[in-house]
Amino acid sequence: MIRKLTLAATAACALFATDAVAAGAEGHVIDYDFPFEGPFGSYDTNQLQRGLKVYTEICAACHGLELIAYRTLSSETGPAMPEEQMRAYAEQYEVFDPELFDGEGDFRPATPADRFGASSLANAPDLSLMAKSRAGFHGPYGTGLAQLFKGMGGAEYIASLLTGYEEEPECALEMETPMDGYYNTVFTAGGYPDACKGPNGEYIYPGSWINMAPPLYGDDLDFDDGSANDLESASMDVAAFLMWTAEPKLVERKQAGLTGVIFLTVLSVLLYLTNKRIWAAHKNKVKRED
Amino acid sequence: MAGIPHDHYEPSSGGEKWLYKRLPIVGLAYDTLMLPTPKNLNWMWIWGIVLTFALIMQIVTGIVLVMHYVPHVDMAFESVEHIMRDVNAGHMIRYFHMNGASLMFFAMYLHIFRSLYYGSYKAPREVTWILGCLMMVLMMGIAFMGYVLPWGQMSFHGTAVITGLFGAIPFVGEAVQTWLLGASAVGQPALNRFFSLHYLLPFVLLGLTVVHIWAFHTTGNNNPTGVEVRRTSKEEAKKDTLPFWPYFVIKDLFALGVILIVFMAIVGFMPNYLGHPDNYIPANPLATPAHIVPEWYLLPFYAILRAFTADVWVVQLVDFLSFGIIDAKFFGVLAMFGAIVAMAVAPWTDTSMVRSGRYRPMFKWWFALLIVDFIVLMWVGARPAEFPYDWIALIGSTYWFAYFLVILPLLGVMEKPIAVPETIEADYNAHYAPNTGGTKTAVSPAE
Repeated sequence: MIRKLTLAATAACALFATDAVAAGAEGHVIDYDFPFEGPFGSYDTNQLQRGLKVYTEICAACHGLELIAYRTLSSETGPAMPEEQMRAYAEQYEVFDPELFDGEGDFRPATPADRFGASSLANAPDLSLMAKSRAGFHGPYGTGLAQLFKGMGGAEYIASLLTGYEEEPECALEMETPMDGYYNTVFTAGGYPDACKGPNGEYIYPGSWINMAPPLYGDDLDFDDGSANDLESASMDVAAFLMWTAEPKLVERKQAGLTGVIFLTVLSVLLYLTNKRIWAAHKNKVKRED
Repeated sequence: MAGIPHDHYEPSSGGEKWLYKRLPIVGLAYDTLMLPTPKNLNWMWIWGIVLTFALIMQIVTGIVLVMHYVPHVDMAFESVEHIMRDVNAGHMIRYFHMNGASLMFFAMYLHIFRSLYYGSYKAPREVTWILGCLMMVLMMGIAFMGYVLPWGQMSFHGTAVITGLFGAIPFVGEAVQTWLLGASAVGQPALNRFFSLHYLLPFVLLGLTVVHIWAFHTTGNNNPTGVEVRRTSKEEAKKDTLPFWPYFVIKDLFALGVILIVFMAIVGFMPNYLGHPDNYIPANPLATPAHIVPEWYLLPFYAILRAFTADVWVVQLVDFLSFGIIDAKFFGVLAMFGAIVAMAVAPWTDTSMVRSGRYRPMFKWWFALLIVDFIVLMWVGARPAEFPYDWIALIGSTYWFAYFLVILPLLGVMEKPIAVPETIEADYNAHYAPNTGGTKTAVSPAE
């Protein structure tokens, strides 16, 4: 009996382990397929480089990446940018160095050891950890089970948000004072007009109003390798890049995990056989039914 | 109590004798390792080893993390990211530590429910049980304070909520809360002291672990039959037991290996599954997250805390009888701590003469319901406090108290237990019938 209970408890703990409480606004996150999903997934170098380009040309106008050093762009499991190229990329930017000019400080070109700057727009959040600070799926009934199979979904959230801009619903258009911002079906933390709520205060339309104007429309930029630059592709590329900025050691971690699992499996098999042999003298092989 | 009779360490060589006269440390290690252990222990008797391993793993990884962590409100969050990005293997060490807390609680809850099912808490093991309950409360405190350290949104606002509980104490609440935080609000003083205590208390837990082990080494292990090992002579005790080394050490290590496979898979493939995305946002006192939810392992008790709202008649009655001193908020706090106390007094509320649940036909069902109840409370603890979740939480909390304070005392009187085996040996032989059929494999010494 206790064995069954243990199994039940194990399953249940996995089930209810995550937060995932949805109330009020709900956004619809599309389950995009990313190459870094699953135990064997890893980053697609080309996709990360394309994402870096989207970030550099579009996002960086307002958003920063405070935690990311330029040198990490050369990381082999990340964007794997050749060192010369990475140095050149860094030199485009100027950083303030308080030690220059006899301690008065001055601007100088960035070196690989410097980091991307902070957000230039006060209310634009830093994007370094954005892909880890958002979740995509809450799973059936808030159990978070979907995350067990699809990952936490931060990258899916970002891509969905970028493609989630839509025409404002009728109810909002009819209001005397229009809503601030832009209607987005994925963003849930923004304003939502009472006019679009049901009789019990429930939200009729998904998402809410976001301050950020739609940053991507499709055909916003050209990739050197001629990759697709439509809205969805560019959104996914930058989402993948932001997943890398949030979790730069993802590939190393999965490799370590796999090595560990294999090692521990071998160890456990050996221990199992040892255990069986030790106990054999004290147990009859034939187990009585009970 | 002298424990189960067994062979003790005899120093043989000259050096051993020399040391033994001055410090009998080898003897202590020998007697601990060769402890006679009931030979019918099943796979639920492995969680203690898992817990000991996890505690040591937490201490070792924690010590390394401290080398890189900065306990300052402006730098704590970034220093954790520094560990994740720049420190050699830092991301693995940090994820081990982060998920190690979940491993400990998972093992601890199974350890506790094993005790509750097989009656390990009953005489003469009450001290082991009480120590265990203390360790559980301590562990909750340690885990909570550790969660504060990354100084993310959930850390910050979770701290505000949990220390706010102490603010509910009548008359002195606010003063206690200020004293705990070192200030009137969560900030640098709170972060510093939680860091200090998060480093100190695990060593206290380690000390209590030693005492916990000492206590049950004195009484001997319980076992699935709940029948005590015969102690009249060494020979008789040997029929019921096998030495801890190598039989149980290898068995436990095998179990630990299997559990670590799962743990490694979680750390390697989904290390953030058990956490909250909100904690990757730096703490911001001005922006409160939409839902402040504790980690999964605290949810059952969090559900009990929230279950007793002002519209429950018991709460209103207590409020009235105490002239408003015990209001709904304080009642909730009392209920949460009371839930642990109710469990801790189980050795005295359980009136059954039979120790193991295996021989208690009615108890089995009530116990199964308690497990379901615990899981339901865990689930409902993460739900918003609204209908129908408030009712589910209230019913679940009531059952928790009813189980320990009403059902356990009544069952002992009402239930008719089935026959308990005479001895552990009898039970063991019934499973592994040594004299009927099959071939007896003996390990030849030459191998």
